Amino acid sequence: MTEHVEIHDAHNDPEHIKREVRVYLLVFCSLAVLTGATVAARYVFPDLRMGYAIAIALAIAATKGFLVAGFFMHLLSEKKLIYAVLALTVVFFAFLIWLPLHDIADKMGK
Amino acid sequence: MALKRQVRVGNQWMYARDAWRTLEEARRVALEEERHERQHDLPFWRKYIFSTDHKVIGIQYGFTALCFLLLGFCLMILMRLQLGWPGHAFSVMKLIGEGRAPGGVLLPEAYNQLGAMHGTIMIFLGIVPLAVGAFGNYLVPLQIGAPDMAFPKLNMASYWCYFMGGVVMFSSFFYSGGTANSGWTSYPPLSDIATHGQTFWLCGMVFLITSSLLGSVNFIVTIIQLRAKGMTFMRFPFFVHAQLVTSFLLLLAFPPLEAAAVLQLMDRLAHTSFFLPTGLVVSGQVLGNAGGGNPLLWQHLFWFLAHPEVYVLILPAMGIVAEIIANNTRKPLWGYRSMVGAVVFLGFMSFVVWAHHMFLTGMGTVISAFFQTTTMIISIPSVIVLSALFISLWGGSIRFNTPMLFALAFLPMFGIGGLTGLPLGLATADLHLHDTYYVIGHFHYVVAPGTIFAMFAGVYYWFPKITGRRLNEFWGKVHFWISLVCINGIFFPMFMQGLAGVSRRLYDGGEQYAHAKLIAHQTNPFMSICAIGLLAAQVPFLINFFYNAIASLVGRRQEIANQNPWHATTLEWAATTSPPLGHGNFVEIPVVYRGPYEYSVPGAANDWIPQHHETEPAPPPGGGMLPEVAVAQREM
Amino acid sequence: MTSHADAVADHGHHEIEIPFNVTPRPDTGVYNAKLGVWLFLASEVMLFGALFSSLILLRTGAPTLPNGLSSWPVGKDTLHVLPATVNTFVLILSSVTVVLAWANLRLGDLKMGRIFIAITLLCGFIFMGIKAYEYSLSFEHHHYPSTHNFFAIYFTMTGLHGLHVLGGMIVFAYFLTFGSKMWKTEPARFTNRIEVVGLYWHFVDLVWIFLFPTLYLL
Repeated sequence: MTEHVEIHDAHNDPEHIKREVRVYLLVFCSLAVLTGATVAARYVFPDLRMGYAIAIALAIAATKGFLVAGFFMHLLSEKKLIYAVLALTVVFFAFLIWLPLHDIADKMGK
Repeated sequence: MALKRQVRVGNQWMYARDAWRTLEEARRVALEEERHERQHDLPFWRKYIFSTDHKVIGIQYGFTALCFLLLGFCLMILMRLQLGWPGHAFSVMKLIGEGRAPGGVLLPEAYNQLGAMHGTIMIFLGIVPLAVGAFGNYLVPLQIGAPDMAFPKLNMASYWCYFMGGVVMFSSFFYSGGTANSGWTSYPPLSDIATHGQTFWLCGMVFLITSSLLGSVNFIVTIIQLRAKGMTFMRFPFFVHAQLVTSFLLLLAFPPLEAAAVLQLMDRLAHTSFFLPTGLVVSGQVLGNAGGGNPLLWQHLFWFLAHPEVYVLILPAMGIVAEIIANNTRKPLWGYRSMVGAVVFLGFMSFVVWAHHMFLTGMGTVISAFFQTTTMIISIPSVIVLSALFISLWGGSIRFNTPMLFALAFLPMFGIGGLTGLPLGLATADLHLHDTYYVIGHFHYVVAPGTIFAMFAGVYYWFPKITGRRLNEFWGKVHFWISLVCINGIFFPMFMQGLAGVSRRLYDGGEQYAHAKLIAHQTNPFMSICAIGLLAAQVPFLINFFYNAIASLVGRRQEIANQNPWHATTLEWAATTSPPLGHGNFVEIPVVYRGPYEYSVPGAANDWIPQHHETEPAPPPGGGMLPEVAVAQREM
Repeated sequence: MTSHADAVADHGHHEIEIPFNVTPRPDTGVYNAKLGVWLFLASEVMLFGALFSSLILLRTGAPTLPNGLSSWPVGKDTLHVLPATVNTFVLILSSVTVVLAWANLRLGDLKMGRIFIAITLLCGFIFMGIKAYEYSLSFEHHHYPSTHNFFAIYFTMTGLHGLHVLGGMIVFAYFLTFGSKMWKTEPARFTNRIEVVGLYWHFVDLVWIFLFPTLYLL
């Protein structure tokens, strides 16, 4: 029963992987801190105007999302093809959020 | 010239070129037999039922889809009987149950059910599985030189998911409350409070959407990753480009409908109010739900899918027509690059035009103008593709076989469908035409004499590849001409009805409208008779199809020298046998040296050069592949 | 590159050899499953995007009270922020463990890889457990999906997210048990599979990262 196997690959160089592991742990700590921050922000500033509250919450969420996507999902070092697929998705996602919102805003006279 | 030299193979003299072909065939057959002997034979249920071979899955999709198309067609016949002669008793109506058609007279509620299910079945259970699941699955790996799809087990899962969705949808007919009756669009609040059949519809849709999503991932990865060496994007047959764009549409546009279906299920089963406004009154009583919902939310989410969906319906059809036109004009497609650019642009734009289905929902002028503009813009790539196909005919040596007849008919029929879409895309004109028979005429022209004719063309064209037999040409032409005449007879008068103001989804086809009674009276019976004629026209096709399919199954294949009867250049014809070899497709994975439409290349001896031939094939220097065959030569 | 797409070459397996299953295709730089999973995640973005769009639409369309605030309940006051915060930490932790599992497999260490996969699975169980507790708290307060659209969208979005977590857990359980047989014959392919599931799992975490503040804190 071989539990220890050699996978020969430039990316599987042990030093490279150990460096990556350090990055993962750093990212984990950042994510933990940011989670605490986003909850604290809401309790420390309970009477913030809705617009500002949304902006702060989204900003923190976006940062956390960037860290997860960039480092855990290795998006920062991905291939162009994957970027292209995701860029297309982001564009359509934006349309899906924006246009119905515009419609309802119209109807509410805003 | 060496090509005039004759060689003897066995006890037959033949030209060197023909000898080469015969020996190549013999070599292929020998290798295939060898492979079959060495291969562990799979049990029947793993070879034909739960198969991971894309060709078997393609045939499964095709057969199931054709059955559903026939079912949807029969539902339409019942509807047209009612529309042509409203209130008449027809004994055939009783087929859908005494409760729905007491004494053979169709009830209005039952008419709604027929209408909703006709649309749903034709689109989601018929055309998309046929165009993408059947033709796409079977042909795309062959056309790009791949041994199979990238994820064969996922492919199998997609088919069975579709099958389950079909079972759920079909079983809703037998439920006592009746099947879905809120239109194929399932608009709330009606769909939220409709009978149980609507829940079946929603569950069926979830299965179908999942099937499409898994399939689209498979197609995109296969096309990008598994193309053979030398098969660059610009050497793809146009059909492959069409399938690639279609898959992106399915991938990114379907999920919002899945989300919406989940929301509607929550409304129906968990009594939420996503789509139910506050204070809704049903049958004189306030509904008493929490309220606060928005029926337009459903419309936005639904049409976000359903608009790209119509391009899913048409793009594979354009792909098929392009292949057949190039092949039967014996010249390359005119404007191939423009066509590719056009379909990519079309795919992108299709995501931002959806609210042209919602012009009458009270949208503001800015947003209406936005969608009107994008809708006008999206007509441009369609025109580019259609024009390129028309111009491709110029100067060609046109062969008028059955697939070509269907493909040629596609062009003006899709033209009519497309042109009649323009007033619908203009918000002002749409005020008059929305929800009238004009809309029904428009979309049926695109889908029925458009896509379905292209599907027929594809069946006639690729039947020899799949079965090793050609469909009968005479009966094919009978099928074509009668279908063409009848189908125009059904759908053209719809434009006149729509302009006169006849609403759609009316149980009596406009009889009760004082302003439209005359035109309804004049056109409806004629249209219904044409519908029956169209049904009759399918009979020779069904007989032709089943006779030849069964003959092929019992082993009566036509000569293997006929493996490329249309003399086509694309890989699925030129590099494989008919039918193709078992799992693995190719004896040797081909290397591609040429574009897809090298017909009538100046200086070539043949009027077609297959994609995987670097130079035109010449006979081997003295000998051949089987050294034990005695080869004698003599000068002519 | 011509190759015999021959079943026999595959140790007598019935499956044929699909190119670029393990080694990346030179011109695209990815192997098949990686492209496949990113495409699937793109479709999931659209799925959750549609739900976010619904949330925004319903929230914006809700009538405003005379004091200027929305008539919608505030998540902070009606939902249970503490369990959800704990869940957020649990999910982030599980993201780390799955990527550590993949790193260990690349180093050739199956034992540590499996331990980290098991921890990830455990985190999944904890997440679902806390979620069930949260739901029960809501039901105790008579907050059902039918009570108000806010709860409707809350239950729907977290419920669908929970189903995705469950799906991931089932796949991890498979890889811990029957799936790990592949390590003996094709270790690189097994490692790739863990990478691909890891990507899916990170996405599930990503959705929660946006879902949590949107529902609970705003």
